[in-house]
Amino acid sequence: MKILKNLVGWVDDRFPLLDTWKEHLSEYYAPKNFNFWYFFGSLALLVLVIQIASGIFLTMSYKPDALIAFASVEYIMRDVQWGWLLRYVHSTGASMFFVVVYLHMFRGMMYGSYRKPRELLWIIGVVIYLALMAEAFMGYLLPWGQMSFWGAQVIVNLFSSVPFIGPDLSVLIRGDYVISDATLNRFFALHVAAIPLVLVGIVFVHLVALHKVGSNNPDGIEIKKHKDAKGHPVDGIPFHPFYTVKDMVGVVGFLIIFCAIIFFAPDMGGYFLEANNFVPANPMQTPAHIAPVWYFTPYYAILRAVPPMFGSQFPGVIAMGIGAIAIVFLPWLDRGKVKSIRYRGPIFKAFLAAFVVSFIGLGYLGLLPATPTYTLISRILSVVYFAFFILMPWYTKIDKCKPEPDRVTFK
Amino acid sequence: MKVIKKLWLLAVMLVAPAIAIASTATVQLDHAPASLSDKASLQRGAQFFTANCLACHSAAYMRYNRLKDIGMSEDEIKKMLPEGSKLGSTMKGMMDAESAKAAFGVAPPDLSVVARSRGADWLYTYLRSFYVDPSRPSGVNNLVFPGVAMPNILGPLQGDQALQVEKHEGHEAQMLKLTSPGSMSTKEFDATAGDLVNYLDFMGEPAKLVRYKLGYIVLAFLFVLLVLTYLLKKEFWREIH
Repeated sequence: MKILKNLVGWVDDRFPLLDTWKEHLSEYYAPKNFNFWYFFGSLALLVLVIQIASGIFLTMSYKPDALIAFASVEYIMRDVQWGWLLRYVHSTGASMFFVVVYLHMFRGMMYGSYRKPRELLWIIGVVIYLALMAEAFMGYLLPWGQMSFWGAQVIVNLFSSVPFIGPDLSVLIRGDYVISDATLNRFFALHVAAIPLVLVGIVFVHLVALHKVGSNNPDGIEIKKHKDAKGHPVDGIPFHPFYTVKDMVGVVGFLIIFCAIIFFAPDMGGYFLEANNFVPANPMQTPAHIAPVWYFTPYYAILRAVPPMFGSQFPGVIAMGIGAIAIVFLPWLDRGKVKSIRYRGPIFKAFLAAFVVSFIGLGYLGLLPATPTYTLISRILSVVYFAFFILMPWYTKIDKCKPEPDRVTFK
Repeated sequence: MKVIKKLWLLAVMLVAPAIAIASTATVQLDHAPASLSDKASLQRGAQFFTANCLACHSAAYMRYNRLKDIGMSEDEIKKMLPEGSKLGSTMKGMMDAESAKAAFGVAPPDLSVVARSRGADWLYTYLRSFYVDPSRPSGVNNLVFPGVAMPNILGPLQGDQALQVEKHEGHEAQMLKLTSPGSMSTKEFDATAGDLVNYLDFMGEPAKLVRYKLGYIVLAFLFVLLVLTYLLKKEFWREIH
């Protein structure tokens, strides 16, 4: 024990070990009234670690070569010890990352976590989300199945619709005129090195920013208003041990769902692993129906809902892009007097409900082939989706809010 | 929390009709009588597959020694090995891709993961849905795979089928009718096709045999851990008011 203490002391003289521990864990005061929705931040971090760990081991056996990539994935599934488990952990992890992140983002929208003083924290979060989308998109090419190939083909082709620079831009992304071995190699490099580095970096910055401004809570009020003699918020509790033990419950609950999928339904009926992706990529044979993986489909549906203008798909691409980053503007669109949905009026609640419906509905329609009826529904839902943002300054201002409590609600 | 519950209910109600619209299948698939726990069926399927399908198709990711997983002994597997193959060899087709392409117009696809891309029910229906169609070069066509290049290799077993269109209450239903019997009765043939599909399902993902068993153990462990972590949380939070 004494040796350990000396060792810690030795390190602490040379590195702010105890200060860091205190500032970010044992003396980081978080509101005591976190509910279910507050599990998803730590769970997102957990999934990031799971993805990096499983990804490292997959990289040891995967071959980023158009001729043998598909075979190397099957080699992992059959001949590598526990390879099938690693692969399913990683493929399920990709989808669960988005499940967790979408719930984490929705939490922020419900409780107004993007409002002052957490605007920058929110912006960093949106950047993480965009990096995550890039990471998932590039990773999806690696198994080199039909969906990998044609999904990438469709998405990269979107970039060629950009006026003037489009064709050159898409060649730059692919490294070729079609999706090819060169594309596979650069996507592999970006997927295993570049984007993960960026992700880990901005996740760290996200946490630093969070600990600077402090966590929001389901009541949307600042716990720093009431402090005790020591200067600690009265409604705050040290993150460690209270939230570490609470998050452990969340982690195990999450792992139960995660493992149930891995062991009993790793394809999730074709939503996590698409049936057509078990056919090797064939540039000569376009599949009858190409749909992105479920976490991209809301934006894909927006893309298809916008009719081509002046013979160009570009307006749809713009709409899709704005759709994906629209949430970054929330801190400046929201004029409500209160932050949390608990004290908001009926108008905000109705708009948020319509937003959820439009997002899920677009996600569902994005999986289906575009028929005239579906396109019409997609258009209506796209209008609802954007109306949530565009009308926000108006409806949040006129909404009848309830008075916020002075202290957090805690049973 | 009430508000959130209402929001979700509303979302589900609005999305549900869209799901109903989407589920319209073209050809009704028969349910494959496949079960991975039926080792005898898997072994019959493996025997049938190596003796017949490998004449034209390959299973380039499947190693012969993996048949141990379905209860076959090394000696049994050795008897199935073609010339020049070892226990650890993958299942190569007997026909090279070039001559296969010349014979059929397309190279016969590798079947390692065909059960994952097509599904067991599709395969089971497909294998039993060939019918005589003189307009095709092979003389046969298939109900679930129109214009298929594969000849009806199982024809001698099943017999010949003819396509009949029947009208039921305004609906047109495509029916297949046996016109001349093969060496097997329909029941025997369906069972053989079932064994084969069962094997293809196993071959598509050999890990499936351990995946489920392991899954129960992992989940049992996690449920115990959930109780323990919950109690730990409760103990720590006792002092928070």
